[in-house]
Amino acid sequence: MVRIASAYVRDREAADDIVQETWLTFLRNLDRFEGRSSIKTWLFGILINVARARRRRESKLIPFSIWFSDRDRGGPTVDQRRFDRSGTWREPPAPWSELPEARLASKETLGLIGAAIDALPPKLREVLVLRDVDGWSADEVCSLLAISPENQRVRLHRARAAVRSKLEGALE
Amino acid sequence: MNCRQVVELMTDYLEGTLSEAERIRFEEHLAGCDGCREYLAQLRKTIELTGRSAAEPLPAALEQQLTDAFRDWKRDRRP
Repeated sequence: MVRIASAYVRDREAADDIVQETWLTFLRNLDRFEGRSSIKTWLFGILINVARARRRRESKLIPFSIWFSDRDRGGPTVDQRRFDRSGTWREPPAPWSELPEARLASKETLGLIGAAIDALPPKLREVLVLRDVDGWSADEVCSLLAISPENQRVRLHRARAAVRSKLEGALE
Repeated sequence: MNCRQVVELMTDYLEGTLSEAERIRFEEHLAGCDGCREYLAQLRKTIELTGRSAAEPLPAALEQQLTDAFRDWKRDRRP
């Protein structure tokens, strides 16, 4: 929950506040829970709402340029210069299988992945965290975020590609 | 299908949402392309490592705040 909250706000303290407020809201409203969704979906629904509200409040105080940099620009997920005019790899990506497994699974690499996730814009980050870290199904994520399956896939794709790219840069 | 297109279809492939025709063309491309096979392997590895990058333990201060909040809530509910 902290991970997802962190996608919306600037600092860890604010993310912790969001998580705390979420649990309080959850407990306050628990006896009114009607069971129309799973508890998990309902809890995370509260989290997303609290996080977004906080972000809206904060965005009134943050310089516009910083706010703007959180947007994902769209477009291809791989640097186009890596392909020739026929759309073929100029050079295949350097194989990771040639790296020792210990290096890939090291604390350092996992830390890097964490940092790469933290650097993602909120919309990409929340999908990646829910799917690949927390193991939610595609349907559950679509339900929680009220997005289409296609939108969910696009965000997941962009998020994964961005993290892979950062990892590749570090492993070179 | 060229490599530039194939790399953008990788998540659809992993999710199983390519049409049958697209899936066949995708797999045919992979069979003949080191670069895309490697890229797919790297994506899979990234996903695997992402899964392992999960939860730091809660910082003590936050855990204490949440425990206190829960205790207050519990106490205030008693009739």
